[in-house]
Amino acid sequence: MAQRILIDPVTRIEGHARITIHLDDDGIVNDARFHVTQFRGFEKLCEGRPFYEMPSLMARICGICPVSHLIASAKACDAILAVRIPTTAIKLRQIMNLAQIVQSHALSFFYLAAPDLLLGMDSDPAQRNLAGVLQSHPQLARDGIRLRQFGQQIIEWLGGKRIHPAWVVPGGVNEPLTASRRDQILATIPEALRIIQRSLDWFKRSLEGYREEIQSFANFPSLFMGMVNEQGGLEFYDGYMRIVDATGAIVADQLDATRYQDYVEEAVEDWTYLKFPYYKPAGYPHGIYRVGPLARLNIADHCGTPLADQEWAEFRSLQRGSVLSSFYFHYARLVEILFGIERIAELLNDPDILSDHVRALAGPNNYEGIGVSEAPRGTLLHHYQIDAQGLITWANLIIATGHNNLAMNRGVLQVARHFMSGTAITEGALNRVEAVIRAFDPCLSCSTHAQGVLPLHVQLLGSDGTVLDEVWRG
Amino acid sequence: MTLPIRVRTLKIDDRDVSAREDETILEVARENGIDIPSLCYLEGLSAVGGCRLCLVDVRGVPRPVPACVTRVEEGMQITTNSERIVKYRRMNLELLFTEGNHICAVCVSNGRCELQGLAQSFGMTHVHFPYLYPQLKVDASHERYVIDHNRCVLCMRCVRVCDEIEGAHTWDVMGRGIEAQVITDLNQPWGTSDTCTSCGKCVHVCPTGALFEKGKSVAEMLKKRQFLPYLKLMREEHV
Repeated sequence: MAQRILIDPVTRIEGHARITIHLDDDGIVNDARFHVTQFRGFEKLCEGRPFYEMPSLMARICGICPVSHLIASAKACDAILAVRIPTTAIKLRQIMNLAQIVQSHALSFFYLAAPDLLLGMDSDPAQRNLAGVLQSHPQLARDGIRLRQFGQQIIEWLGGKRIHPAWVVPGGVNEPLTASRRDQILATIPEALRIIQRSLDWFKRSLEGYREEIQSFANFPSLFMGMVNEQGGLEFYDGYMRIVDATGAIVADQLDATRYQDYVEEAVEDWTYLKFPYYKPAGYPHGIYRVGPLARLNIADHCGTPLADQEWAEFRSLQRGSVLSSFYFHYARLVEILFGIERIAELLNDPDILSDHVRALAGPNNYEGIGVSEAPRGTLLHHYQIDAQGLITWANLIIATGHNNLAMNRGVLQVARHFMSGTAITEGALNRVEAVIRAFDPCLSCSTHAQGVLPLHVQLLGSDGTVLDEVWRG
Repeated sequence: MTLPIRVRTLKIDDRDVSAREDETILEVARENGIDIPSLCYLEGLSAVGGCRLCLVDVRGVPRPVPACVTRVEEGMQITTNSERIVKYRRMNLELLFTEGNHICAVCVSNGRCELQGLAQSFGMTHVHFPYLYPQLKVDASHERYVIDHNRCVLCMRCVRVCDEIEGAHTWDVMGRGIEAQVITDLNQPWGTSDTCTSCGKCVHVCPTGALFEKGKSVAEMLKKRQFLPYLKLMREEHV
């Protein structure tokens, strides 16, 4: 008899989700779906608000990556002001954005993924958490906490607080950097570099142990999309969009990020609140693409900082063409942390960085603005329209996690097929189904701009819809 | 010849104080360092007793009275912080929150708002009444300023400063009770007002983020009210 397995809620991800796995009469997995079950409606509630409020309002979408929303939103507002913001403001925003990348990646890798990686996919779920990691690998757990602190501290020093700083404003930032703050941040760089290098060494050595996961965790050909700078290097703040295929060949390059509607379209399914963006020329669902750390390292020609460039070259040698296994998102995250730390130091040493000219002032000159940046989880897009008074009339957001929706669904199916059979759900199989989702580090609260606690629920259903087995987490 | 000002003696919180006969309880209390919270009251403007946050008990008077509009009398015995008074003030403050849409986190006046400050000093952690979530508009038609009715507490400082100090009387109030709303001229978009001089006094006396300068982001609206007593004094001298 055909069955359906339901994992609800999915744990150690950011947001609420559940997974259903459909088994056929022989107990073989024939379909799997990743359902995002939360809804928030930020695009609606901002209507009628002054556009100047948008960065702070939109930052409330997320407590983990508020800076990413601040940046994309402020860029959309810059476009409404129709100004070129001061170069120092760009650099200061870049520093905060990179600090955000570092702290968010540290959270994903050390807090959410490390319990699976260090304690084992099949280990006791009661121990498989950060507290368990602290007991078994205290140094690594401390390193993770320290790295996250490094990023958060920089955000606080720049913006006044760690979560939802109001420092990034339309036209730039609202306060220049002082010399003492700069020196304070620079003093924390060496320790952060040591930690990330130590972590990379350990992770690379341990990759051999995850051969089966590498092989089955959303490991399939797809397109990869992300932002690159003018030199084709890794970029998080502003640049061109590039799309490469599984062979590593560039499919589209130098795309204007603000013309996203020319090449990205969103499909809607009735079983999830998360939309399915796809590459328009390839159609739905063939236009499946991935974004985020793995995609960024696949599309870039280099990173642009010495240590990260070495790591990038080693990373890209994992596979001819694009690196395809989504398990390597974890690896890519560590490389990006290294890049972030190096680049923050470079930007802080820029002679311009202490300039007082950090804000361009203007009223609304355009009735429409689009802001695109790279968030920890991938390309983030804010698109606003205003009326003549500067009040928001319409908003559309495409969030990194949304871009990966097709890939996450396919990944869940691949893992379920590889590790699940029969009607009973083994703990290890269940955890791997969740772990493939964790590899993408989805932020569901962001992607649906919705709210909630994040847990997971797996259900095994018969062909007649009866629940045969059910596991709850949360 | 000016008439001699008579002095009254009274007790506030069991302290003997003396006051001029034309003073209010609020003025005397503040002169003597006794704190009575207030919101609609602003030194330099006439008092209206609208917000009911300065309520005090006067012995022999069954109801609490607003300190900002109650003149002192000989032998008055006033209590500013009885349990009953604190409860009523807190209730009035909570009702102010339920009638608007006060979202401090994304407000231009976050950290500098009198309403927020009162909530903090009252230790208001939550509101005991259901929020009304009214559907209110933002009027950004003025070239330099914005009115967000969601954040308006109807203190009428804008109405008073515009009338009494600037002399333009652009602002007024329309509707009754919970429907009441401040308006410009004949309830038209602020930007089309014939009387508004764009002086900005209303913006700076507004206790919340309801009136603010265009282009200000969250927590950036710094209101300067020092001008008011000075202006008032100068005008009186030159009338």
